[in-house]
Amino acid sequence: MIAPGDEAGFASAIDAAAAARTPLTIEGLGSKGGFLRPTQTADTLSTRNFAGIPLYAPQELIITARAGTTLAAVEAKLDEGGQHLIAEPPQYAFLDAPDQTIGGIVAANLSGPRRIAWGAMRDHLMGIRAATGRGEIIRSGGRVLKNVTGLDLCKLFAGSYGTLGVITELTLKILPKPEATGTVMIRGLRPDDAVRALSVALGSPFSVSGAAYLPQEAAMAVGFENTVTIARIEDFAASVAYRTEALAGLLKKFGPADILDTPASLTLWRAVRDAEPLPIQPGDAVWKISVRPSYGASILHAGHAAGLFGYLDWGGGLVFLTGPATDEAHAAVIAAARRAKGEWWLLRAPERLRLSEDAMPRIPPGLAAIRQRVVAAFDPAGILNPGRMFAA
Amino acid sequence: MISLPKPKADVLARRDAVHQGLRAIMRDRGVITDPTKLKPYETDGLSAYRQMPLAVVLPETTEDVAAILRFCHENGVRVVPRGAGTSLAGGALPLEDAVVIGMMRMNRIVEVNYRDRYAVVQAGVTNLGITKAVEADGFFYAPDPSSQLACMIGGNIGMNSGGAHCLKYGVTANNVLGIKLVTIEGEILELGGTHLDTAGYDWLGIVIGSEGQLGIATEITVRILRAPEGTRAMLAAFDGNEVAGACVDAIISSGIIPVALEFMDRPAIHACEAFAHAGYPLDAEAMLIIEVEGSVAEQDWLLGRIKEICARFNPISLKVSQSAEESAAIWKGRKGAFGAVGRISPDYLCMDGTIPTSTLPLVLRRIGEMSAQYGLQVANIFHAGDGNLHPLIMFDANDPASMHKAEAFGADILCLCVEVGGCLTGEHGVGVEKRDLMRVQFTEIELEQQRRVKSAFDPEWLLNTAKVFPLQPGTASAGPDALPQAA
Ligand SMILES: Cc1cc2nc3c(=O)[nH]c(=O)nc-3n(C[C@H](O)[C@H](O)[C@@H](O)COP(=O)(O)OP(=O)(O)OC[C@H]3O[C@@H](n4cnc5c(N)ncnc54)[C@H](O)[C@@H]3O)c2cc1C
Ligand SMILES: Cc1cc2nc3c(=O)[nH]c(=O)nc-3n(C[C@H](O)[C@H](O)[C@H](O)COP(=O)(O)OP(=O)(O)OC[C@H]3O[C@@H](n4cnc5c(N)ncnc54)[C@H](O)[C@@H]3O)c2cc1C
Repeated sequence: MIAPGDEAGFASAIDAAAAARTPLTIEGLGSKGGFLRPTQTADTLSTRNFAGIPLYAPQELIITARAGTTLAAVEAKLDEGGQHLIAEPPQYAFLDAPDQTIGGIVAANLSGPRRIAWGAMRDHLMGIRAATGRGEIIRSGGRVLKNVTGLDLCKLFAGSYGTLGVITELTLKILPKPEATGTVMIRGLRPDDAVRALSVALGSPFSVSGAAYLPQEAAMAVGFENTVTIARIEDFAASVAYRTEALAGLLKKFGPADILDTPASLTLWRAVRDAEPLPIQPGDAVWKISVRPSYGASILHAGHAAGLFGYLDWGGGLVFLTGPATDEAHAAVIAAARRAKGEWWLLRAPERLRLSEDAMPRIPPGLAAIRQRVVAAFDPAGILNPGRMFAA
Repeated sequence: MISLPKPKADVLARRDAVHQGLRAIMRDRGVITDPTKLKPYETDGLSAYRQMPLAVVLPETTEDVAAILRFCHENGVRVVPRGAGTSLAGGALPLEDAVVIGMMRMNRIVEVNYRDRYAVVQAGVTNLGITKAVEADGFFYAPDPSSQLACMIGGNIGMNSGGAHCLKYGVTANNVLGIKLVTIEGEILELGGTHLDTAGYDWLGIVIGSEGQLGIATEITVRILRAPEGTRAMLAAFDGNEVAGACVDAIISSGIIPVALEFMDRPAIHACEAFAHAGYPLDAEAMLIIEVEGSVAEQDWLLGRIKEICARFNPISLKVSQSAEESAAIWKGRKGAFGAVGRISPDYLCMDGTIPTSTLPLVLRRIGEMSAQYGLQVANIFHAGDGNLHPLIMFDANDPASMHKAEAFGADILCLCVEVGGCLTGEHGVGVEKRDLMRVQFTEIELEQQRRVKSAFDPEWLLNTAKVFPLQPGTASAGPDALPQAA
């Protein structure tokens, strides 16, 4: 493993690999090695020795971190200023990884429940420095909230899984932590009604910042007996008190609501964020599906029919499913997502299944040609994480 | 003056054939070639620059756009995408050898879905038109450029436009779920969809804000949001830019995210007050407009908190609006700022740079010094929450010397923005206006990397040529090759 301690080290390692045409696996701490397709390379280039926080400006709502800084270290720093990462990135329970890097989180564009109200991880990425597959250091964006100067390469890097270059440093927009949080919870709804209720909540003027549904198996995994439909509000204490009451009133037609206070809400939403409600067995696969919210329930049904269980976040728009890592189950997930015009990601599975063509949706031909040219624009020798996103 | 590339002689020579080809594709509708009818298209919001195009085409469907682009691609003809032409950076400025594709006839709202909270609209729908279509049901489309009455969602995609409320709701890129994009080769690509996360590269992210360099957006799926219960504004005036800046920091770090936080300096206050009679304090050096939202009780509580914070900075005056009418009056001055400055000066340049908010006092002081040095007045209006400066430089376009000075002053301000850690443009785009300043912000390696991405979409550099990327030294070519040498 090559793990440089300075930025130039990334450029020269890539330069050497490009000259020799020997592919590199790019990783932070390797926590998401199970996501998508595995890479088979002679060497690994890791950011784990390139950590630190060169700039934290609470008043400007920004933090700059080197890519190898752990998520925990970034969160601890922000804690000092009473602030947090807006997209509340997850620490998925099924990864069995004690820690992950901020570079890996951004490279995988991972966002938690708040994504539905406040945007994805990539929406808060204001600037990057990166070593491209050409062994060149580039910057894109900067440290200011609004920036439309030239093409926004930051956006391409967020969600690129290390296939365009190694992000070496990144600047994120952050926000003060809300003073309080509260959750309106309705028990016992069936999926269709639950999604309808969440849709009413998200269509209300009360700024709902989390909207999830846990079917029975998922609810049981986090200590409830029956299904729960939950909507979260985060704000100043007085607002949270007013808004949760008002929201419970609005949702009355779906059933009586309980209101969870700040500590109970924090625990529950952390579990939802980290995919803890997944009734996961050793050896099981995990899928994530992004879909129009009102189609979420149909994906749960289809999963159920294929022997899979899971839950809904993002008002129904994000479906987690888990179950046996069989070809049949994989095909069922893909078919259900396609019917709903949604997209899927394979987040955990044995190597055999991950080497299948579809660890995420294939790209239509017109776009595939552009994708190939874009990849070649950054990594002409094709040495960065080959095969990680798509079969080569 | 900014130079444009030499027109392609062979294309000019084939003018009639190109016109004929376009008419055939368009079934003899919406192809403009007559010079008097072309006149309205010769410029955009950067009206100091004018150029008659080869032709203007007004497509009605995505298939029209695809056919036109395929035709232009096959014939080596350059293309300039155009929405409402309100770009302040010359983004929609025609070229002599280019076909302008105007999107105004594609102005249909295709679908509104409240349950999943999105709307599908054609590129020629105006920004305000989207909100108008859903506001009766309590919804709105969040990004609100001051030009929202005129500018089109396709142009907003081109420029990644923002507005006064983007401190809370984000800019265009944060509010778009899907784009139907037509490539220069005439391929129709569906990017994103009606769901939140998309697998693979973030194509929406690279297309939004690309200033018509990568393709033409014909249909856009936007998120629509439920409007808050209510909003209310307040004014706070201070006797110095520095204290006003410190007050902004204090508000934001207290955990309050106002929906809008606007900063006006003394010349801006005076110009706007003379125009709108909004009751602005004329003895102030700096003024903040702060808007919050929620129920009436929440508004009271938040404005009370903000008042307490402002009070720590010795304000000259504090005025909390008590009604929707009073809030509207407070905004009237700000929203009329461009018109107001237009009244006190024959012409003005509206600059658009972004700075880290901590550098605000320094930057305003330096702008004041430059104003004295150039002998040109400047008024500063500022989205204070996100560091987006809009200095309005006043000059007289009938006096060429005055105009050159204004341009040089503007360039100095933008260089200053970059020097303090900011950037050349926060929302208006690079266009032709800031094209040659790109080298101030980016290294040659960084520019080259951006050019390669452009080439991946548009290998022959036919789309909005000579915008965004500085021309290569010694040539009039912006692209890696393929463009003719300067005359
Ligand atoms: C403790 C441990 C456990 C492991 N368990 C497994 C396992 O169960 N299954 C398995 O297959 N492998 C496992 N591995 C191997 C390892 O996960 C893979 O070698 C590696 O591909 C994954 O790295 P990672 O980037 O996911 O890490 P992350 O840091 O989580 O990165 C996520 C994605 O982003 C990319 N990336 C990371 N940092 C950057 C950056 N700065 N710039 C650009 N892109 C970046 C990565 O290439 C990857 O695509 C394990 C490794 C360790 C150390
Ligand atoms: C008075 C005034 C106030 C303004 N206030 C603001 C403000 O508050 N915030 C802000 O962000 N901007 C503001 N602007 C600038 C301008 O209104 C925005 O940039 C707007 O988004 C441009 O929209 P348009 O439809 O006029 O596009 P145009 O000016 O026609 O085009 C803008 C760019 O987008 C490209 N383009 C147009 N349509 C498409 C398409 N369908 N597909 C691909 N590319 C396309 C063009 O080639 C060009 O590069 C203001 C302008 C004026 C005149």
